[in-house]
Amino acid sequence: MWCVARLEISRLFLSPFAWIMLALVQFLLAYMFLSHIEYFAQIQGQISAIPGAPGVTEMIIAPLLSNAALVLLLIAPFITMRAFADEHRNHSLPLLISAPLSASQIVLGKYLGYLGFFLLQLVLIALMPLSLLAGSAIDLYQFGVSMFGLFLLVASFLAAGIFLSSLTTQPIIAAVMTFCLLFLLWIIDFAAASAVSGQINWLAWLSLLGHFQPMLAGQINSVDLSFFALFCVVFILMTIRRLDAARLGL
Amino acid sequence: MTILLEAQNLSRYFGPNVAVKNIDLTVKRGEILGFLGPNGAGKSTTMKMLSGNLAPDEGQIHINGFDLLSQPKQAKAQLGYLPENPPLYRELTVNEYLQHCARLNQLKGKQLKSAVETVIERCGLGDVQRRLIGQLSKGYQQRTGIAQAIVHNPAVVIFDEPTSGLDPLQIRQIRELIRELANEHSVILSTHILPEVEMLCDRVQIISKGQVMFADSLKALHQQRLNSSLRITLSAPPPLNELQALTNVSSVESVSANQFRILYHPEQDPTENLIASAVSKHWHLQELVREQDSLEDIFMHLIKDDAPLAKVTN
Repeated sequence: MWCVARLEISRLFLSPFAWIMLALVQFLLAYMFLSHIEYFAQIQGQISAIPGAPGVTEMIIAPLLSNAALVLLLIAPFITMRAFADEHRNHSLPLLISAPLSASQIVLGKYLGYLGFFLLQLVLIALMPLSLLAGSAIDLYQFGVSMFGLFLLVASFLAAGIFLSSLTTQPIIAAVMTFCLLFLLWIIDFAAASAVSGQINWLAWLSLLGHFQPMLAGQINSVDLSFFALFCVVFILMTIRRLDAARLGL
Repeated sequence: MTILLEAQNLSRYFGPNVAVKNIDLTVKRGEILGFLGPNGAGKSTTMKMLSGNLAPDEGQIHINGFDLLSQPKQAKAQLGYLPENPPLYRELTVNEYLQHCARLNQLKGKQLKSAVETVIERCGLGDVQRRLIGQLSKGYQQRTGIAQAIVHNPAVVIFDEPTSGLDPLQIRQIRELIRELANEHSVILSTHILPEVEMLCDRVQIISKGQVMFADSLKALHQQRLNSSLRITLSAPPPLNELQALTNVSSVESVSANQFRILYHPEQDPTENLIASAVSKHWHLQELVREQDSLEDIFMHLIKDDAPLAKVTN
């Protein structure tokens, strides 16, 4: 399992793709970060008089991480599309299949590999808010929960992406499908908001954003944790099934 | 000799189409089995089944005593596989790639390092080991593919058309490499190139339309030839019927004024008789060539008939 993860990570970092992605995401978020800081600096004088006014964490970090989630939603499909679609096109899957590895080891290995890559991305993102420590106090607990939420969110993106990548032999189709699915799950909340209150709002429950937002505010709800866990497990299991089915020729 | 790979009654259907039906296969230690058939006969399907990439609908596969279906991990550890398209990652260098392959096959530490070094040397990849696989020529890519299949020192190596798309020199080098491998490993070689089989293999298995048409040693295959002939050149030839009258000659064709083809039954060789007559009657024998049915003729004959011609023996 670890050897598959290692293979995946080294393949990612040996192509310019990973570096470009890390750099560009960092650039985009840095720009947003700076504009949030500027905005906060402008209104700081006005809001400081209000008791219980939002601080740096609410005004800068939460919007930044919310933007980061959206940017990661955009790039995750391009990483996960490589998982199986690219291997199929490259005819390199037999290498893994004929190695003494089970289907679950292959899938989990790839998943962990991508998760490792995004962990690095998240660390880079986390450095920006942490740099505020130099001049201001931030709510480290809220920040920690937000980062954890972002991590769970990315883990879900990857699980869905890997599954969709195993369905097709065209990487670009896998990427588009993943993007559409994730985006749908992102905006499904909008429809849910307009639903009549009092009904069981299952559309809202499906929304990735709906489960991420409480974490941005610093709440850890078991509902949200179980949603993300369930989401990842279901997609990973489906990928394993899919890989076995390909061998059986179904 | 120990049997390293044994497959029984392999069948595989794709929807209503039969890809492979009731194929039996055994390979002993140190043996090269040629797996021969026209395009679309089911060669690659069989190779995929043997390597665990495709599950058979019926039948069993044992690799070095492990059942591929119920103990896949142990069985696959004994197996090296080079598919039709070598499974390479173009962005890695040869050395990195082989290290990952060894790691996938559960090699670690010193063992891994020495295995990679050995295989690089064996496959002649020393000069290119630091280059990206994507930039290598087809021949070197194919060699890297072979190196990948043998890096963990498996009992059985399966090659699916290893020489396709190579130039004659590369083909020769790869054949030498395969021949050398057979000293320690059992090799299954799938191909549609007949001279390759004649050169390399100890045993052949010919399949057509998913069924085994012939399975025996190459020697037995040659004994199966339908007729034998000699081509002779005489500078002072006698009339045709004089040649015809020699004992054991079944018929004579004249190729040109001085050249004749003498057909005879494989068990009754007229060569000695012919030479004696040529000398005593001053026919001035200049050339005598034993013409054999090439494997190609036998192959064509076998796959033309629908029913198996020879009794299948192992």
